[in-house]
Amino acid sequence: MQVAILIAALAGATVLLFVQPAWWLPEAISAHAKNYDSHLLLTLWVIGVLFVIAQALLAITVFRFRDRGQQPSAVEGNHKLELIWTTTTAVIFIGLAIAGQGIWAGVHLRSSADALKIEVLAKQFAWSYRYAGPDGAFARTDVKAIDDAGGNPFGVVGGDDIIAPILRVPAGRPVELLLKSRDVIHNFFVRELRIKQDVVPGMTIPLRFTADKPGAYEVPCSELCGLGHHQMRGTLVVMPPEEFDAWLREGAVR
Amino acid sequence: MTIFSTDHKVIGKQYIGLSLFAVLIGMALSLVMRYHLVHPDAKVRLFQMLWPDGAPGGQMTPELYLSLMTMHGTIMVFFVLTTAPQSGFGNYFLPLQIGAHDMAFPVLNMLSFWTTALSFLVLMAAFVVEGGAPLSGWTAYPPLSALGKIAGPGQGLGQDLWVLSIALFCVASLMAAINFIATIIELRAPGVGYFDMPLTAWAWFVTALISLFAFAVLLAGGILLLLDRVAGTSFFIPGGLVVSDQIQARSGGSPILFQHLFWFFGHPEVYIAILPGMGVISTVLSVFSGKKVFGYRAMAYALLAIGGLGFLVWGHHMFISGMSPYSSVAFSVLTLAIGVPSAIKTFNWIATLWGGRIRFTAAMLYALGFVSLFITGGVTGLVLGQPGLDLYFHDTYFVVAHFHLIMGVAAIFAIFAALHYWFPLLYGRFLNETLGKIHFYGTFIGVYAVFVPLHFAGIAGNPRRYPDFKEYEFLKSLMPLHVGVTHAAYSLAAIQLLFFFNYFWSQRKGKLADKNPWGAATREWTHD
Ligand code: HEM
Ligand SMILES: [Cu+2]
Ligand SMILES: [Cu+2]
Repeated sequence: MQVAILIAALAGATVLLFVQPAWWLPEAISAHAKNYDSHLLLTLWVIGVLFVIAQALLAITVFRFRDRGQQPSAVEGNHKLELIWTTTTAVIFIGLAIAGQGIWAGVHLRSSADALKIEVLAKQFAWSYRYAGPDGAFARTDVKAIDDAGGNPFGVVGGDDIIAPILRVPAGRPVELLLKSRDVIHNFFVRELRIKQDVVPGMTIPLRFTADKPGAYEVPCSELCGLGHHQMRGTLVVMPPEEFDAWLREGAVR
Repeated sequence: MTIFSTDHKVIGKQYIGLSLFAVLIGMALSLVMRYHLVHPDAKVRLFQMLWPDGAPGGQMTPELYLSLMTMHGTIMVFFVLTTAPQSGFGNYFLPLQIGAHDMAFPVLNMLSFWTTALSFLVLMAAFVVEGGAPLSGWTAYPPLSALGKIAGPGQGLGQDLWVLSIALFCVASLMAAINFIATIIELRAPGVGYFDMPLTAWAWFVTALISLFAFAVLLAGGILLLLDRVAGTSFFIPGGLVVSDQIQARSGGSPILFQHLFWFFGHPEVYIAILPGMGVISTVLSVFSGKKVFGYRAMAYALLAIGGLGFLVWGHHMFISGMSPYSSVAFSVLTLAIGVPSAIKTFNWIATLWGGRIRFTAAMLYALGFVSLFITGGVTGLVLGQPGLDLYFHDTYFVVAHFHLIMGVAAIFAIFAALHYWFPLLYGRFLNETLGKIHFYGTFIGVYAVFVPLHFAGIAGNPRRYPDFKEYEFLKSLMPLHVGVTHAAYSLAAIQLLFFFNYFWSQRKGKLADKNPWGAATREWTHD
């Protein structure tokens, strides 16, 4: 009997923590992030209701049928009941899966042709970024030309590319990152954008977003990459478009 | 009794003993990790004594933290959850439940236990070799795990031993799987049809089938990884890598290929860990509520459905890995579909209790706790199974909370329930009920206190596998949460001592049990 009360109490405390959370998602700074939050909220409501129903049923059953000398019933099943809960959960679960596809498709299945392309290079344990210069194209690279100390982590040969240690993007314009790694798997994660993507050596993986709010955001590496994993901190700076254009022009001159 | 025994009962106890030893080590490592996370700058003499290179002057290095984490995960998944529920209890009770005199291949059985034990020794050896234990996590993703010493500390001999240990474990598990399958198909006593078997036997059967397919694939992955490490092949290493400023002379491999092989095993593995526990829980709920299992056939079919579907959802671990985004769509629908048989099981457990007369023995309390934890850990699967939502939660503490509850702690509760329930058969005595109940209440509250708050760390975006949280502004604000979790973990660990005391004390001094003391209906109690 105490256990019934305890189950109810622990489930209740869990619900309370979610109703009055002390820690929550950071601010959402893109349309995708806002969609993300509303679908997450929907999902949390659905699982919250399922959670409460299931835990309450468990606690009530345990309480009600505690040993008071009664005769246990001989029921061994009930096909109708089983059919009902099977179809109900199936509809809810698959429904959620389908409802959530939009946010996935928005990041991965739709691209926009006029997106600003930026190449991102990860290595143990730092990030570098490359923008096409005035010629509008990325220059050739060669592993033998790599020179970290000389500011050429990509191994760029010729061309007028702009290489930067901080990711700067213009607010309100679509951006397509081209993620590459030089050694092991890393992960590019911006909490405020609600996007996360592994950066896999040997592959170039696109990641699209449009950030709306200027500011500086932390980029924590989120795939175990070695002893410096927790220190592989990148920075994303979202700038007003005019400032960004000026910055890019200035970078090209240098 | 010799230690190289071919008797299924002895072997079953040996597996259980190995698991209990492993869980102690795994738990101790988790405490060290939780301590370090909230005291990242502390200098601790004990650390220096244990790991002179990993903690110079008592200051733990990041690589030491990551290697403890790797060993904790590996020990818990393989040597605890894959060992006691299936090979431990299964070996002891399966033949008794289906009326067989022993397992089908007793010598093979002995061999699989000793291969498992060897595999454990090889893993432990990784702690003491040069460069220390590996740090690439229990998932060991290449290229980090494939490149060797050049990729950092722990990636030398330590990682070799890790791969070797896992390969041995695979071989042992394959032998065990063959034995279980043959025993169930061939050695059922006359009159014991498949649908006369208790659900525990069904669970061991399905788990053995899963093991057969899953471990075969992991073994292949392990061998290829070992070749990449020691023979200069490049199955998983692509061309053009520059590691520690040196150009690597490999080309043509695919890091993602390893992830497919690993998770083709890895997802079914969570069912290998939990299905035997589900069988035990069905039995215990039924015995102590005085009712038959509700929907016995549906439960057996649900086990089969979970076993089968379990092979079609591995991609949900790889939504953000760089595989085709279209396959994520398919994997997510399949993943949420597998939630359905799991939900059926939960409802059927509650329906088993409904209308019963519930006796609150310690075994029953653990079983009720299991159901509650299974719900709590299960619902968050509906978040992580959606690729859109995984865009944020992948590799955060939300995942840590989810899998500890549903796989780790739930399976451990099933082990506790099984030990309390079957102790009279194992040792002719009862485990002390009062100690068992106190231990249950402490543990039940403890696991909620440790793992529920971690969801919020995940919601705030806290990445997992971080040796400290000093580098990021947003992580600093989470420190109070982590301090609370660490304190809860200390209490949780302390209360486990009660269980170990009870376990050893009761073997000698426990109350003597008469035949079939719980009034169970299955053969291991009713036949001699
Ligand atoms: C005393 C209870 C436990 C505590 C306090 C605990 C704590 C931890 C901690 C601190 C981590 C590392 C998190 C990180 O840095 O990302 C971890 C990882 C892990 N734990 Fe536990 N744990 C406990 C029990 C278990 C159990 C019973 C299992 C069995 C499944 C388990 C399986 C794992 C696995 C698989 C990992 C992941 C390792 C990796 O990332 O490679 N733990 N645990
Ligand atoms: Cu990293
Ligand atoms: Cu999985």
